[in-house]
Amino acid sequence: MKLQNLTRPNYFAKTVLMGAMFSQALSGCNPKNSSLSGINARTSAATGNTIRVGEVSSLSGSEATFGLSTHRGIELAFDEINRNGGILGKKLELVTLDDRSKPEEAATAATKLIADSEVIAVLGEVASSRSIAMAPIAQNSKTPMISPSSTNPRVTEMGNYIFRVCFIDPFQGEVMAKFALEHLKVKKVAILRDVDSDYSTGLADYFTAALKKGGGTIVLDESYTSSDIDFKSQLTAIRAKKPDAILVPGYYTSVGLIARQTRELGIQAPLLGGDGWDSPKLVEIGGKALENSYFSNHYSNEDTAPKIKNFVTQFSQRYTSKPDGMAAMGYDAAMILVDSIRRSKTLSKQDLRDAIAETKGFAAVTGKISLNEQRNAVKPAVVLKIVDGLFRYQTTIQP
Amino acid sequence: MIELIQHLINGFSMGSIYALIALGYTMVFGILQLINFAHGDVYMVGAFTGFYAIHFFKLAEHPSWLSLALTLVVAMIGSGCLGWCIERLAYRPLRKSPRINVLITAVGVSLFLEFAGQLFFGADPKFFPQVLSFEGDWSFNELKINPLQVLIFVVSIFLMLALDWMIYRTRLGRAMRATSFNLEYASLMGIPTDQVISLTFVLGSTLAGAAGVLVGLTYPKIDPLMGVLPGLKAFVAAVLGGIGNVRGAVLGALILGLSEEFLVGYGAPTFRDALAFGLLIMILLFKPTGLLGLKRAEKV
Repeated sequence: MKLQNLTRPNYFAKTVLMGAMFSQALSGCNPKNSSLSGINARTSAATGNTIRVGEVSSLSGSEATFGLSTHRGIELAFDEINRNGGILGKKLELVTLDDRSKPEEAATAATKLIADSEVIAVLGEVASSRSIAMAPIAQNSKTPMISPSSTNPRVTEMGNYIFRVCFIDPFQGEVMAKFALEHLKVKKVAILRDVDSDYSTGLADYFTAALKKGGGTIVLDESYTSSDIDFKSQLTAIRAKKPDAILVPGYYTSVGLIARQTRELGIQAPLLGGDGWDSPKLVEIGGKALENSYFSNHYSNEDTAPKIKNFVTQFSQRYTSKPDGMAAMGYDAAMILVDSIRRSKTLSKQDLRDAIAETKGFAAVTGKISLNEQRNAVKPAVVLKIVDGLFRYQTTIQP
Repeated sequence: MIELIQHLINGFSMGSIYALIALGYTMVFGILQLINFAHGDVYMVGAFTGFYAIHFFKLAEHPSWLSLALTLVVAMIGSGCLGWCIERLAYRPLRKSPRINVLITAVGVSLFLEFAGQLFFGADPKFFPQVLSFEGDWSFNELKINPLQVLIFVVSIFLMLALDWMIYRTRLGRAMRATSFNLEYASLMGIPTDQVISLTFVLGSTLAGAAGVLVGLTYPKIDPLMGVLPGLKAFVAAVLGGIGNVRGAVLGALILGLSEEFLVGYGAPTFRDALAFGLLIMILLFKPTGLLGLKRAEKV
């Protein structure tokens, strides 16, 4: 009331712009003020009676079930080792930090773990965007980092200290393309990709390439951003092209909503996806709309191989839920790290890196894992079908 | 043709949600010349109140109109109370300070709600249980109409008409209009302006709470940051229609909903959010009073 000497529209315009600026500036900025200074390659993590290992996980936020499952897998592995007397006479100690499903916080968490907790290695992250944010920090401080399930190829290209124990998206895209062409016998596929996610756009691109090579066509390639909740406009456009199947290479929260809206618009084509679907929340949100959809994954907990059966029993006993793919990958990543520590000449980060790089034919839950020169694992993928809300094993596709 | 009608229906249902939120912005601005940036977060709290009400009363086990009505009422009461508290605790003590102070406080309240929400509700998205389920959908050949979309539209229009009636046909509405015209003169004429202002916040927040439940019902994924973007867009809608003008807010919201829908459907899906803010800049440059806004001479 005191500033009324300004004409109203003018004053109003200024207020609006200032307000908008404030709100953007403040709400877009989460704590990320840790700097990289102060990190140097120390090995004190291995002194004393414990070996300290860091974990960056999305324990809350939009991909919370990924982080929680992975964390449980790692926890199970470490407890198993510690129960059996530890490793090299020392106990393993896990330091876990939550990144709330945000890349910038994953970077902060990695910095904290390496600088403050002086960990010998870092396990994480699940999502490729967040692993890509963490990787330069691990690389610069020469700390080995093992991502359990980031599938975008760029993750391990960030440096020679960055590893992963899962397959990569060029293969995963090929798997789904092969499955669509050979098992589902579909030719016309539409794509709905999440442009905010390195994982989603990468997988969509590799799928497109593989499908075209196999004689299929992409009838429409639509996109959304991860904060969207309404996909009907894209889906209405997709419906007009009458695809035989729709590839939705996103994460489970968005996919659940997309599946619902797909069926609401009367599209009956099956949905196809990748390991980003692997969460109990997927079916909770998507419900019946997801029936008869397919996605590729790291393993199936229905597999009867003794190694898998044993893992599933142990996990279910402790957490009263069946382990999903992320849990198995977390367990495998932890076990490969433990195995490498055992083989490492000394407990320096450098020797540990060399030991991880030499991993060959390690018998893990999700199959035999060998790391290639690009520090990626080469192994088969399974395709799961959603039937009555359960993920049922369909087929295994070899690399 | 069918695609076009489908896009129209989608656009109207999205637009009516923006309208419910935009009304709160516009009413508060009309009275206090304050942009209540916390309004989008009141919408979020409304959705969560509905979510907890459903779990508390176990409404999802018996989906019916009654369950929906109960959820709506609880959520509206919850967010109404929140609106009252925000006004009483954050804005009223600053009534006499420069407006920029209040504006910054509004941003602060917004952040407070967002992060308190992450603390109390958890940052992971929650599934909003279905309190009303329809068998199948209404389809005319290719044209599929989700009854929920129609429901959103009908409920929104009903609430807006009720608000319009209240503002232009009741004594209370007259008091609100008088307060919005000039706070000091209105209080000299014996209008309890503080109460009128409180009531305005409560009404606006109630509508936002209803929008929260309706969105939860159609897009069953809710999280503590769900209010940020719809809040900002509803604000753009209010400015577009002429902020301070109730009918303008509805018009602006429908225009925004439809233009987003057509932009995404026929052109560039990733520009959905850019469109709203592009519109904001355009309207501020060329017609700062908005489409239905009146240019009032300022008395010094």
